[in-house]
Amino acid sequence: MKEDGKKVLELTVSVGEILLKNGAEIFRVQETMERIARAYRTENFHVYVISNGLFASVDEDGRVHSTEVRHVPLSAPHLGRVAALNQLSREIEAGSCPLEEAFARLEEVKHLPYSPPALQALACAVGSACFSFLFGGGLLDSAAALVSGFVLQLFLFAAGRYRLSKMVTNILASALVTLCGFLLLQAGLGRQMDKIIIGSIIPLVPGMALTTSIRDFFNGDYVSGAIRLIDALLIGACIALGVGAVLKMCSLLGFSVGVA
Amino acid sequence: MLEWMVQFAVSFLATVAFAVLFHVPRKEYVFSGLTGAVGWVCYLAAVQAGWGVVTASFLAALVLTVLCRVFAVARKTPITIFLICGIFPLVPGAGIYYTAYYFIMGQNTAAADKGIETLKIAVAISLGILLVFSLPQRLVNLLALRPQKEKKRGSR
Repeated sequence: MKEDGKKVLELTVSVGEILLKNGAEIFRVQETMERIARAYRTENFHVYVISNGLFASVDEDGRVHSTEVRHVPLSAPHLGRVAALNQLSREIEAGSCPLEEAFARLEEVKHLPYSPPALQALACAVGSACFSFLFGGGLLDSAAALVSGFVLQLFLFAAGRYRLSKMVTNILASALVTLCGFLLLQAGLGRQMDKIIIGSIIPLVPGMALTTSIRDFFNGDYVSGAIRLIDALLIGACIALGVGAVLKMCSLLGFSVGVA
Repeated sequence: MLEWMVQFAVSFLATVAFAVLFHVPRKEYVFSGLTGAVGWVCYLAAVQAGWGVVTASFLAALVLTVLCRVFAVARKTPITIFLICGIFPLVPGAGIYYTAYYFIMGQNTAAADKGIETLKIAVAISLGILLVFSLPQRLVNLLALRPQKEKKRGSR
């Protein structure tokens, strides 16, 4: 089916933007956009994607349409949306999804709900507790990590609401969980401060940035890979800074923060 | 044996918790959890065999990524969904903590040691992932028990 070029461009760019925002790697974004454009028989569709922006153009009867979209780097990734768009692009390619319907489906994907906040807070708490245990903490340490993981997620919600920058969020969040772990330890919950804190900083650790960076490098998207790698290193440094500052404060106040 | 089962279960739960945080579709929770748990158990086994944390991270990343690729084919879902959650048990959070700790405490040698080890682990994980991505899609389809009919679909 041959479709209106401008419309197809609109669709592909929206799809690409959502993919990019929610944690897809460059190769996937680019390929999905090209596949969709091809499925709708668009001629001369060109797209260029980097970590924080995408550019696309299409020729139609000698006229060139072009658009440019930037994405907001700071947004919580939603892998469910990536999966849903993958499904949509398969259907478009199979020819079972006319353009109008594709736009409707896109709206649906845009509004796929986030996990409810209470569940997210619970997940963050449980994740922290589990990691504290895996890294050698006892049950009491895990219980302490459970509490500070919960507090962490509450802070992340607040930070998102007040639009704190990513770096400030990471520094403050890791400082907060360290303080939390320290206070819980002083209150008698837990034995090894390091295990409690390690468990509860894991949700902040740049696992996603690292993974995506590796995959971008693998596909030859060096610019994007470098952007993500810097992102991962900076996040790591921010976490170290937040943790370190609070540990130093505690030790200056005369408390023992030793590694067990 | 019991200890291994506990480790498996806890790392499974931990990975599923991250799947929730990243809003992975519900029906993929179990598969995400499995990748994380298998990766972690491999890591532990390698560490206990005395191969050191860097090699252990590399091996675990290998096994984990193969599993992710197989699941991606079998579930017709982007591999991102499994890989991002499953990698978390391997990511050197402890390394970051100890580096910061020694750095702040003025134990510079220990800080440098831990810092370099942390970077090495990150590189080891990267190598593991890269290596598995270079495996031909046909081989992965074979592992996923799916005959080759479509050309390179759902691969990455």
